[in-house]
Amino acid sequence: MGLLSDPNRRRALISLLTRLNAPICVVCYMAGVAWFMGLAFEPFTLRTYMSENAMGSTMVEERFPAGERALATGREFSAHKKKVGGMPVDWLVKTMQARGLEVFTQRFSRTLPFPDENKERYLVKGTNVYGILRAPRAPRTEALVLSAPCTPGDNNNQAVGLLLGLAQYFRNQVYWAKDIIFLVNEHDLIGMQAWLEGYHHTNTTGMDWSPLQGRGGSIQAALSLELSSDVITSLDLVLEGLNGQLPNLDLANLFYAFCQKIGVLCTIQGKLQRNDWDSVSGYSHSVQTMMLMVMKQASGRPWGDHGLFLRYHIEAATIKGINSFRQYKSDTTTIGRLLEGMYRKLNNLLERLHQSYFFYLMPSLSHFVSIGYYMPAFGLLAVILLTLIKSAPSQMSSPGVLSVLTPLVISHLTGVEVAVEHFPVSETEAVVLTAIAIYTAGLALPHNTHRLLSGEGTEQGWKVLKLVAVLYLAVLLGCTALINFSLGFILALTLVPVAAFVTPHVPKILSAFILVILSPACTLLFSVFFFQELQEMPVSFIDGWMLFLSVISQGILDHSLYGSLVYPLIALLVYPCWLLFWNILFWK
Amino acid sequence: MKVHISATGIHMEADTSTPETAVPSSVPQPKDDFQEELVIRPLHSGDIYASFQFRTLWETDFMRGNKVSHYRLFPKSLGQVISKFSVRELHISFTQGYWRTMQWGQPFLPSPPGAELWVWFQDSVTDVDGTWKELTNVLSGIFCASLNFIDSTNTVQPSASFKPLGIGNVTDHSFLRYATLPREIVCTENLTPWKKLLPCGSKAGLAVLLKSEKLFHSSFHSQAVHIRPVCQDWQCKTTSWELRQTLNVVFDLHTPGQGKREWSLFKMFSRTLTEACPLASSSKIYIDITDNPQGEQFEVSPATPLLSQAMVLGDRRTFSVYDLTQQITFGTVRSLNLLIRWKSRDMLRPLLHGERYVAGYGLQTGEIHTLMYNNHPYRSFPVLLLDSVPWYLRLYIHTLTVASKGKDNKPSYIHYQPSKDRVRPHLLEMLVQLPPNSVTEVTVQFERALLKWTEYTPDPNHGFYVGSSVISSLVPSIVAMDTNSTREQPLFSSFFPCKEESSYFVRVYTEPLLVNLPTPDFSMPYNVICLTCTVVAVGYGSLYNLLTRSFQIDEPSPGLAKRIANIIRKMRGVPPL
Repeated sequence: MGLLSDPNRRRALISLLTRLNAPICVVCYMAGVAWFMGLAFEPFTLRTYMSENAMGSTMVEERFPAGERALATGREFSAHKKKVGGMPVDWLVKTMQARGLEVFTQRFSRTLPFPDENKERYLVKGTNVYGILRAPRAPRTEALVLSAPCTPGDNNNQAVGLLLGLAQYFRNQVYWAKDIIFLVNEHDLIGMQAWLEGYHHTNTTGMDWSPLQGRGGSIQAALSLELSSDVITSLDLVLEGLNGQLPNLDLANLFYAFCQKIGVLCTIQGKLQRNDWDSVSGYSHSVQTMMLMVMKQASGRPWGDHGLFLRYHIEAATIKGINSFRQYKSDTTTIGRLLEGMYRKLNNLLERLHQSYFFYLMPSLSHFVSIGYYMPAFGLLAVILLTLIKSAPSQMSSPGVLSVLTPLVISHLTGVEVAVEHFPVSETEAVVLTAIAIYTAGLALPHNTHRLLSGEGTEQGWKVLKLVAVLYLAVLLGCTALINFSLGFILALTLVPVAAFVTPHVPKILSAFILVILSPACTLLFSVFFFQELQEMPVSFIDGWMLFLSVISQGILDHSLYGSLVYPLIALLVYPCWLLFWNILFWK
Repeated sequence: MKVHISATGIHMEADTSTPETAVPSSVPQPKDDFQEELVIRPLHSGDIYASFQFRTLWETDFMRGNKVSHYRLFPKSLGQVISKFSVRELHISFTQGYWRTMQWGQPFLPSPPGAELWVWFQDSVTDVDGTWKELTNVLSGIFCASLNFIDSTNTVQPSASFKPLGIGNVTDHSFLRYATLPREIVCTENLTPWKKLLPCGSKAGLAVLLKSEKLFHSSFHSQAVHIRPVCQDWQCKTTSWELRQTLNVVFDLHTPGQGKREWSLFKMFSRTLTEACPLASSSKIYIDITDNPQGEQFEVSPATPLLSQAMVLGDRRTFSVYDLTQQITFGTVRSLNLLIRWKSRDMLRPLLHGERYVAGYGLQTGEIHTLMYNNHPYRSFPVLLLDSVPWYLRLYIHTLTVASKGKDNKPSYIHYQPSKDRVRPHLLEMLVQLPPNSVTEVTVQFERALLKWTEYTPDPNHGFYVGSSVISSLVPSIVAMDTNSTREQPLFSSFFPCKEESSYFVRVYTEPLLVNLPTPDFSMPYNVICLTCTVVAVGYGSLYNLLTRSFQIDEPSPGLAKRIANIIRKMRGVPPL
C-alpha cells in the first residue's frame, strides 16, 4: 500500500495498468477458466471425510429384514392408487395407523399462473399423508423426515412400499431419540411446498393448505426417496436445492459411507466414480460430473423433493434408485438397511449438521472442492472488472446525470416488463414468447433515448456510463457468486468479456453479434445444449429450442410456485446490466 | 354390574386428639401414616398407564423452630428443607417424555417434559429470592438433578396459574416461585434418591416394582414429589403435612400384526408382588375397568370381587381393587402377577389439549403459535395460559393475537411482565374463553437475540429450549358429580380441589420448543481471528488511508534568503521568485 500512497509510483502503476490492460484482462480470463477446469483434477481436490463426530465414530448395525414385504406393500399401494385414480388417502391412513404411527392428512390446492405443460397441470388439488413415529421418552422437540412422492402412473410405488416397511420396522425399535415423520406427498414439489409451509406456518407463495394437526418439533434432517423398480443397480444422490442451496456435506458423506459399508453402487449426477484420474478420459469424466453439478446449481431449481427443505435450514437430500443394465443388482432389503443405517446415525446427532461445508462442488462422491478452492476462479474473472474500473480516466468532467441515468432507468424498466408475472395470456408458449418478445424489443429501445433528452452523446458520457455499468456488474456478480457460485461464475464467463471490450468505437455489426451471443438469453440457450451434451443426451436444434422455451416457462413457474430467485435476478438485474453495455455500443 | 364399596376407607379423616369426631376408631391412630397405591389404566391407544402414589401424612408443625427432630415415616431430608426454608408448599417433578394427551387422555398428575419446580413460601420469609436460590441448590443435591441451573433468568412469579393446593389462603404471588428446566434429562440417578424417600425404600410393598431398567424402557416416565399442608379433620382446626410421591409411567404395548396382546406385572416391571409395605396402613392396586364393564375389551386375572367407583377428571371410573394387606390377594402361590389381555380398542378425544410450535424460517425472527383445543360439543370454558419465554427470544408483544374460529378472541385478563436481558424471562399469563368445539390460536412474534460468545451452551447448534406453556382450566365434567362419593375416593382422584361440582380442574402442558439462535462457528476461532486481524490491519487501515487523504508532491521549503526576497518582492508588487 506504500506503493499507492506515493503519487509518483501510483501514477506509474496506473499508466502501466492502462497500457497493459488488454493483456492483463486476457491473462486473468484464461487463468480463471484454467483454475476452474483444474478443480476437477483429482490431486487438486480434497477427499471427503466425516466432520460430525456424532455420526463418525459410533457403530450402528443394520438389520432391516423386510424388503419383500415392503415390495408387496408397494404393489398393494399401486393397486389402490389405480382404483382411486390418485393418492389412496384412506388406505394410507389405515396402513400407517396399523403400523402404530400417529397419522395426519393435509389438503392443499394451488392454481398455477399458467398451465404447466411438462407435468400437465393447472389446477392442482391434493392431499399429503404423514405419520409420526413418536420416539419414546422424547419431548417432541426434534424430528427427522423420510418422504416419498406419490407420482401418477406406475412410478415410485416401491418407494412408498419401502417407506411403509421402514415405518413398521422402526416402530418396534427402542433407540429412537427423535420423532420420525413418514410423509407421502402428492404432486411432488407442490405437495412438499404445501407441507413445509404448513409445518412452519409460513406462506411465501400464496398456496392454500389446511393447517397441520401434528408436529414433531424442529426438523433436523430429511431424505426423499425415489424408487421405481424392485431391484436397483445403483443409488443416485441429488443435492442441489432451491436457489442453488446445498445440504451440509456431511449428509453426502453419510450416504457415501453407508454405500461403501453395505456395498451398494452409488453415483452423483448419475456418474459412477472412476479410479483412473490420471488418464484423459478419467479427468474428463470428473469434469463432466462437476459441470453437471454447476449447471444444476446455477439453474436454481430444486432437483428433487428435498430441495425445498433447505430454505428452512433442514439438511436434506434425495436418493434415487436407478435400474440400468448393469450386472450388479441390489434388492429392496439392502436399500432398507442403508436407510436404516442413515437414520440411526442421524438419530444420534446431538446438534444440527453444521460441522462440514455448506458451499462445495463435487467432481465425484469421494472428492469435493470447497469454497476456498473454487472462489479464486471467480476472483480472477472479477479482477478484470477491477482493472477496468481502475483504468477509467480519473479526471472526468461530469457529463450530466441525466445522460447516464436515462439508460439505467430505461433498461431496468425493460427488465421489470420481462419479470412481471401477470401476463395477459394464459398459455405456456404465449407466456414464454411474450417474455422473449419483450426481451428482444428491449434491444431496440434504450440506445437512442438519451439523445432525445440530453442531445448528442459525448465522449465523456459513454465513459461514465461504462464506469457505472462495470461497477454495477462487479457488485451484481460478486453478490450472486457468494450465494450461488455456479450461477455467478457462468454469468461472469459471458458478461465479463462484454464489459471488457465494449466501446462505441469498435466495429458495430461484429460487436453487436458478439454481444447478442453473450447475452443472458443466449447463455441460457447454450447452457441447455451443453447440459444435454453433458448428460450424454444430445438434442437437435429444434428440440433444443423447444427445451429452451420450456426452461424459461419452468423458471417462471419455479419463481411463482417455490420462490426461486433466478428468473427475477436475470430479468431485473442481469438483463438490464447487459442492456447498458448494448447502449454503450450504440452510443452516438 | 355388581359394585362393592370397599370397606377400608381412607384414614385421612380420623383424628385421635379430638374426641368429638364421630369416626369410630377402635385402634389409636398413629401420628404419622403411610399409604401406597398403584393404578393401572389400559389406555385407548393400547398402551398401559401405571401410576404409583405414596402418601405420608404427619401431624406436626415444622414452623415451630427446630423442635422437630424425631422422624419416623417422613423423610428427614425433606423435613429439614421445609423447616429451614419456611416452605409452605413444594411441588417438584421430573419427566422424561411428553404426555400424549390426544392418545392417552388426561394423566392423573400432569407434568411438563424436563424438571418443574414450584414453591409457595411462608409469608414470614423476607428474602424470597435468596431463599429460593438456596432451596434449589439443596434440592439439586437431594434429587441429584441440575436444579442449580434455576436462576433469575428462568424463574417467574405466576399471578394466577399456580394457586396453593393445600390449605391456607395466601394468594400474594410474591411468595410463589415457578421454574422449569426443559432440557433436564431424567434417569436412574434421579430415581434412586426418590426411592430412598419412601419408608420401605424399594425393599417391600409396591416399590419393589420400581426397577429402573424397566421404568426407563417405556414411552413416558414422570416422577414427582408434592409437599403441602392439609387438614387433619373435617373441622380443619389443625393441619398436618402431606408428602405425596408419585411416579407415572406408560408402557408401549405395540406389537404389530398380532390380534392378541397381553401384559402382566411381571412383563411390565420384571417383578411380582409378594407383600405390602409393612409400614403402610393401606396398600392397594386399582385397575381401571370402566371401559370394560362386561369384559369385552380386556380381561383381568386373577379376578377380584372388590370394585370401587371414583370421580376422576370429571369422569366416573370403576376400578377393580386388590388389597395387598390381605393375604388372600396373593393366592396360593404367594405372589401377585396381574395379567391383562386386550381384545379391542377405540379412541376418545380429550376435552382440552394444547399444542405449540415455532413458525417461520431464518434466524432473525419467528412466531410462537400456541393452539388450545376445546373438544366439548356445546360448552365453552375459560382457560389460564401461562407462558414463560427466555429473554433471548425478544417477544414483540404488540403482535400478540388470540383468535378462535377465525375471529378475534379478546382475553379477559392479561398479565405481562417484559423480560430484562440476562436477568429475567418474559412472563405472559392470560385468561381466555374457549368457545365450544374450537381451536384457539395464540400467536406472538419474536426476534432471536445474538448472545455473547460465552453465553452459548456447550452444544449451541442443538438449539435453545423454551419451556412448556401451562394451560390450567376448570373443564366441564363429562358426568354429573356424585356428592356422596367423597369418602371412598382413591388418592389419585382427590388431588386438585374442585370448587364447581360440575367441572374438574385440569392442567395441560404443551411441548417445549427447541429454537435455533444465530450461532457463530466456534470450530474455527483461530481462522476467524487471523482473518479479521488481517483484514483490519492491512485491508481496512491502508484503504482508509488512501481514501481519506489526498497526496500531493510537496516542494522542499525555500531557504531563508529566498523567503526574505519574496516578502520584499511581494511588497513591491512583483511576482515572487
